[in-house]
Amino acid sequence: MNASQAMVFSLVAVGILVCLPLIGVTAGMTSLFAVIIPYAAVALFFVGVVARVVRWARSPVPFRIPTTCGQQKSFSWIKADPLENPTDTKGVVLRMILEVLLFRSLFRNTRLEYYDGPKIRYASAKWLWLGAIVFHYSFLVVLLRHLRFFSEPVVPLVTLLESVDGFLEVGLPRLYISGLALLAGVAYLFLRRVTIPQLKYISLPSDYFPLFLIFAIATTGVLMRYIYKVDIVGVKELTMGLATFHPVIPEGIGTIFYIHLFLVSVLFAYFPFSKLVHMAGVFLSPTRNLPNNSRMVRHINPWNYPVKVHTYEEYEDEFREKMIEAGLPVEKKE
Amino acid sequence: MATVPKPSELGKVDHRPPQRPWTETFPEFRPGTYCYSAKPKNLEVVGLPNPREWSPTDEDWKLPDDWKDITLKGMKDRLDKFRSFKLFMDICVRCGACADKCHYFIGSGDPKNMPVLRAELIRSIYRNYFTGSGKILKKYAGARALTEQIIKEWFYYFYQCTECRRCSVFCPYGIDTAEITMMGRELLNELGCNIDWIMGPVANCYMNGNHLGIQPHAFKDMIMFFVDEIEAVTGVRVEPTFNRKGAEVLFITPSGDVFADPGTYTLMGYMMLFHEIGLDYTWSTYASEGGNFGLFTSHEMMKRLNAKMYAEAKRLKVKWILGGECGHMWRVINQYMDTMNGPADFLEVPKSPITGTVFENAKSTKMVHIAEFTADLIRHGKLNLDPSRNDNKIVTFHDSCNTSRAMGLFEEPRYVLKAVCNHFYDMPENTIREKTFCCGSGSGLNTDEFMEMRMRGGLPRANAVRYVHEKYGVNMLACICAIDRAVLPPLMNYWVPGVEVTGLHELVGNALVMKGEKKRTTDLRYEPLPGMEEEEEAEDV
Ligand code: SF4
Ligand code: SF4
Repeated sequence: MNASQAMVFSLVAVGILVCLPLIGVTAGMTSLFAVIIPYAAVALFFVGVVARVVRWARSPVPFRIPTTCGQQKSFSWIKADPLENPTDTKGVVLRMILEVLLFRSLFRNTRLEYYDGPKIRYASAKWLWLGAIVFHYSFLVVLLRHLRFFSEPVVPLVTLLESVDGFLEVGLPRLYISGLALLAGVAYLFLRRVTIPQLKYISLPSDYFPLFLIFAIATTGVLMRYIYKVDIVGVKELTMGLATFHPVIPEGIGTIFYIHLFLVSVLFAYFPFSKLVHMAGVFLSPTRNLPNNSRMVRHINPWNYPVKVHTYEEYEDEFREKMIEAGLPVEKKE
Repeated sequence: MATVPKPSELGKVDHRPPQRPWTETFPEFRPGTYCYSAKPKNLEVVGLPNPREWSPTDEDWKLPDDWKDITLKGMKDRLDKFRSFKLFMDICVRCGACADKCHYFIGSGDPKNMPVLRAELIRSIYRNYFTGSGKILKKYAGARALTEQIIKEWFYYFYQCTECRRCSVFCPYGIDTAEITMMGRELLNELGCNIDWIMGPVANCYMNGNHLGIQPHAFKDMIMFFVDEIEAVTGVRVEPTFNRKGAEVLFITPSGDVFADPGTYTLMGYMMLFHEIGLDYTWSTYASEGGNFGLFTSHEMMKRLNAKMYAEAKRLKVKWILGGECGHMWRVINQYMDTMNGPADFLEVPKSPITGTVFENAKSTKMVHIAEFTADLIRHGKLNLDPSRNDNKIVTFHDSCNTSRAMGLFEEPRYVLKAVCNHFYDMPENTIREKTFCCGSGSGLNTDEFMEMRMRGGLPRANAVRYVHEKYGVNMLACICAIDRAVLPPLMNYWVPGVEVTGLHELVGNALVMKGEKKRTTDLRYEPLPGMEEEEEAEDV
């Protein structure tokens, strides 16, 4: 499948997903979209992610294979790099924190510049890192802001977050930067995918689909907040009902809300079965989460088994005469 | 054997991928870009499946009848045994951060040499048979059904990866394509699709103890030859021992050092050093190989070959093991040895008999790297060094992939280098230490029929050397790996003529002022020492 097919396929898929609640809610299947699907999606998300992690964890890590990106611990007079080449749990935890919160490995990124001749230069390339940071953190902020719909009274942290996020104080309702940043992040990741030929070449529908889906979610969110106002009181009533397991379906929340809710549900449900599980997987990566201490501490391979080796006795049996002749010591003389 | 195109031709690399989707593009086995298949006798020696005469260019690869079942079962087995494999199948987001990091992609432009696509070659099969979405959505989920064509593709690209792990440094999830390549090669080995430059050494190593199959008496002879050489240069006669019980230290180095220049000079350096400090050590003809080509075959083979080191240490009742300059060997020792072949409870925690330093970082494996050992000697002022003897050498250092990204040995060799030579310049930052570039010929790909790809893959390394060559006049590339010492000379000749290759301990040997030595006029290569050019000529007359 070529790139445009993959894109069209994903676009159509998201298009269909937008239409489903549109048709469904108009046809009166509100409870399906307001209650059943969201519950199912969230359940699927949690069960799915846990199942995934358990599935990974069931496979052992037979050998210590950390990628060592810094000086090993050897002598007291050589400065070791505990962050990039940790030897203990503390170092590993710090390395993982840098990785998970700051995308440290991606920060190292360079870009190849190839000139005829041939000459190669490696330019700094922090755009992907920046794009990824913007995308992930704005997503996180948006997600946390939504907690206001699931708590009563609203958690103070969320209120604080909202005031920081909306510090520009523009417009009414107040403009949230995170929403725009999320859209920009998605757009960047998408444009990168289609404008860099190599990246376009490796992209699958499963790369475009989540981008389109998140784009649609963010767009419906923004539209709802700033343009097609929905009945916010009704929304809160619904979400609180869901959160407290006493679902109620208030009348007259606009259809666009249901589209938004449905797309979010799809994202949740899709999560564990797609590359999006990298969020959970990154914690389990044996090249990053292991200390490089396998010369200091013995590590056990749970499925270790005996193997056939060529023993010294067999070796000597074969070469004994030649060894004696060459004056090499042997175990058995004749 | 294919002739290698000129540098000006190879240098024209187009990094734009073709129009056709990769799932439908298959490699053409062009001479110079693939390795020859393993000879049946080499598979028979170690009992690997499906020994037969065949060639990668054949239409029919004579796979076993149930090749598909073998492959899928083999995959399942490995998914269950290695979390790395399972996880790396699932979490790649195809961000492409790794894409332009692979030296083979840089030098060939072939998009399937982008680590991410190399991994997708297996991942697409994984999806098709092991994931729900792949089973349902098929190609829309990026799944491919397994065909013989795909086995050929695997062979082409998994033997076009040097397992150097550079890609894993840059991946946000630490996905290590080398790990995936290793699994791919294990699967290919189950079908009997192996290459001879790996299986030959494996078979030799298994039976005779080393890659070339040097027999015990010949091994001794070769070492003794260098004893004479050392005497000729220094006037000092060193006295190595072999298979000697009760020695304090067992010394194991890659056998490349014993037979291939310029590794042999490094070997002389080791022996001079040991003699000078009076180390109580022995060679073993049985464990006469540090390099482990099992690493390029399967985890099991790695274990089988590596077992000799501990077995011999136990038999000879030494206290600990000292390891020579080698890349893959140290990857195996650092990451696998204790787990596979340990516990080494019959040995003692290594302690330098000269300085008293206890090597805490080798507490469990009981095995010390010679760069660590020598750095410690120098630090304690135990060596009388005259770095000016290396003044005609303007040196840069090639971090080999394995000691870098699978161990983190960066400072020790540099510390030694700075003590034994006066002119040392590092290559640019993006090309050394953990970001070091592969020599392009590692993991069993250092064979002549693969020369075109080797030159392509070595281009980034050569490019960085050329930079310091032009800027500082660097004429010597130092390294701590036997494969490097074998493959960097042709690489340099091809891309950066005028740069020679040396091991670390060759330079140590040159600089080492030995007790009772005669006035030295040449270095270990019989080239005049700086300032001795005229005396040399006078002697020649
Ligand atoms: S850097 Fe990692 S996640 Fe990104 S494409 Fe490469 S292997 Fe996949
Ligand atoms: S391990 Fe090295 S050779 Fe293999 S894909 Fe990664 S960068 Fe390329």
